[in-house]
Parts: sequence; C-alpha cells; structure tokens
Amino acid sequence: MMQEDKNSEKKNHTNEEAFCRNESQLNHKWYYNFKYLIVGVLFGILFVKAEVVSWFRIQEMFRFQSFHMYGVIGSAIAVGLISILIIKKFNIKTIYGEPISIAPKTFNKGQIFGGLLFGFGWAMTGACPGPIYALIGSGATVVIVMLLSAIAGTFVYGYLRDKLPH
Amino acid sequence: MLEFLSQPWPWYIAGPLIGLTVPALLILGNKSFGISSSFRHACAACIPSKISFFKYNWKKETWNLFFVSGIFLGAVIAVSFIPNPNPMELNPQLVEELNTYGISNYDNLVPADVFVWDSLLSLKGIFIIVIGGFLVGFGTRYAGGCTSGHVIMGLSNLQWPSLIATICFMLGGLIMANLLLPLVLTL
Repeated sequence: MMQEDKNSEKKNHTNEEAFCRNESQLNHKWYYNFKYLIVGVLFGILFVKAEVVSWFRIQEMFRFQSFHMYGVIGSAIAVGLISILIIKKFNIKTIYGEPISIAPKTFNKGQIFGGLLFGFGWAMTGACPGPIYALIGSGATVVIVMLLSAIAGTFVYGYLRDKLPH
Repeated sequence: MLEFLSQPWPWYIAGPLIGLTVPALLILGNKSFGISSSFRHACAACIPSKISFFKYNWKKETWNLFFVSGIFLGAVIAVSFIPNPNPMELNPQLVEELNTYGISNYDNLVPADVFVWDSLLSLKGIFIIVIGGFLVGFGTRYAGGCTSGHVIMGLSNLQWPSLIATICFMLGGLIMANLLLPLVLTL
C-alpha cells in the first residue's frame, strides 16, 4: 500500500498544473453529479444552523471570545482525520470500486502570502468560500457581489501568477 | 422536533457532521473536499482568456459546482423551514465593541447594518463586501485552498503545507479583526 501511495504522489506532482484534484478516471453522465448536490445541501444546512456562516461568530473567533468556531473546526478535523485513517487502513474503495487517492499538498510561499491575504479577507467578510454560497441562500443577497468579487480576485491571481513569489 | 432543530446547533453536533463530508466525498467518487476551487472553475468556464492557469478541463470538475450549488440550496432550506426565531447570542464584549461602530442589529447571521445593498454606497460596505471578497478569492487561490481544502481536508490528511496555510489564515484574521477592521468599521 505504501508503494501505491508513493506512485500516486508522483503522478499528482506532475499533474499539479493540470489541476487534477479529481483523480477519478471514470466518465459518468453529468447527472451522476447530483449526489454531490445532496452532500452540499446537508452541508449548507449545517453551515447555517451551526452559525458557521455568521459574520458575528467569525468576529468572536478572531477575538478569542467564544469556543464555538474552534469546536466546530477542531471536531471536523478530528472526524476527517479518523475517517482518512480508516479509509487508508482498510483500503476502502469508492462506491464505483475505484481505489481512493488523495492528492498531497506541496509547499510553496503562496501558502504564507496567500494565507495571510485570505486571513484578512476572512476576518473582513466573516466568510470563507463555503459560507459565501450559504449566505446568498440565507437571504443576504448583497453577498452575490462578494462572490463576484472573489471570482474576480481568483482571476487576477491567475493573471499575475507568474509574477508572484511562489 | 422542528422547534428543537430551529435552535442554533452546538459545535459538537455540527463539527463532526461537517467532518463527515471528507469521507463522504471520497467514497462517493474520489473527490477531495474543497470549495475555493469553484471560483477557479467559474473563471475557467465563464471568462474567456489566454491565461494558462484557467486552461484545463473544468467540465471534469463539474461535481464541485454541483456541491456549492447544494450549499446554496441547503441554506435556503435551513432559513425557510428551520429558521432561528431569536437574535444571535453573542459575547457581551463583542456586542459592546460593535455598538460603538453603529452595529446594533443582531437578528440575522450577518449584521443588517452592513450586509445590505445600500452599504455598497459606503466606504465601509465597499471594504467589507468588495475588497474583502476580492481578498478571499485572491488569497485562497494563492494559498492553494481555503478553510475546507487546507484546514479540514489538508490537516485531516496530515499535510504540513496545510498547517502552514492554517497558521497564516489565523494570523491574517487576527491582525485584520483586531487591528485593521476596527478602523474600517468606523468609516
């Protein structure tokens, strides 16, 4: 299994530019994607009901005034960690019988510079990308502007990418 | 039951369920949990350009767009069927601080004093909504992921670059929330 991991790591490395986060080689019809919509729906309900999408909760978090967000993120990581351990240990496959592979993250300076810039944006907007979609659904329609602005930010990054330190 | 579900959900219920998204997406189709990539797919799909960063087969990543559409729909369902009838319960220190900036409406998840269309005409609103949104899009792509891709997915998979990203997210947020945002909010 270790050998298998290494091989997939190598493959992902060369594919970084091609952005192959989606490792599945299967070609399904588009409507197979509806299952991800359903996961998204459950996720969106959780986001709103746990108030993770709240600007106020994010302000509390960055002022160390509440444990709530740390509890949400910390317990989510714990469950994710245990799940991935179980998947690797028992070599669990996807529902289509494909082996599960996760692209490793490679370090570059972007994680520092980009990380700080996103941190600024997160504290200003009180929203990371997921909550942006949820907030629009919750009725704060002006967040559509925030979404368009985030897409514009991503586009400008793509435009400047070669000139930025990585 | 509905009344019970309408209350804000505690972290120890919501957090583990959010964590289950990680194995759910992997088992359903080998998908790594991540949300900020949807912005990139939007650029690749909608904005014609010669930029190589946006030249890839975005149609292969359509699942991600279905996923974020689901998040939008989930929020619609939550506020339509199990809305929280009460104002948000916040740390009194935060309330006291926000009151000094003229933020006094705690009925919604976001301050109605800022998150309305009219506020796009004010400097405060432009900073928070337009510039803040830009930094979220620029920063997450530069960092190669956001709270879901790095903090939850990356740390769950013990990726040290994600730990560095997480530390920088927090550091940037601490600086903004405590030092810079108070200046913006007094605009």
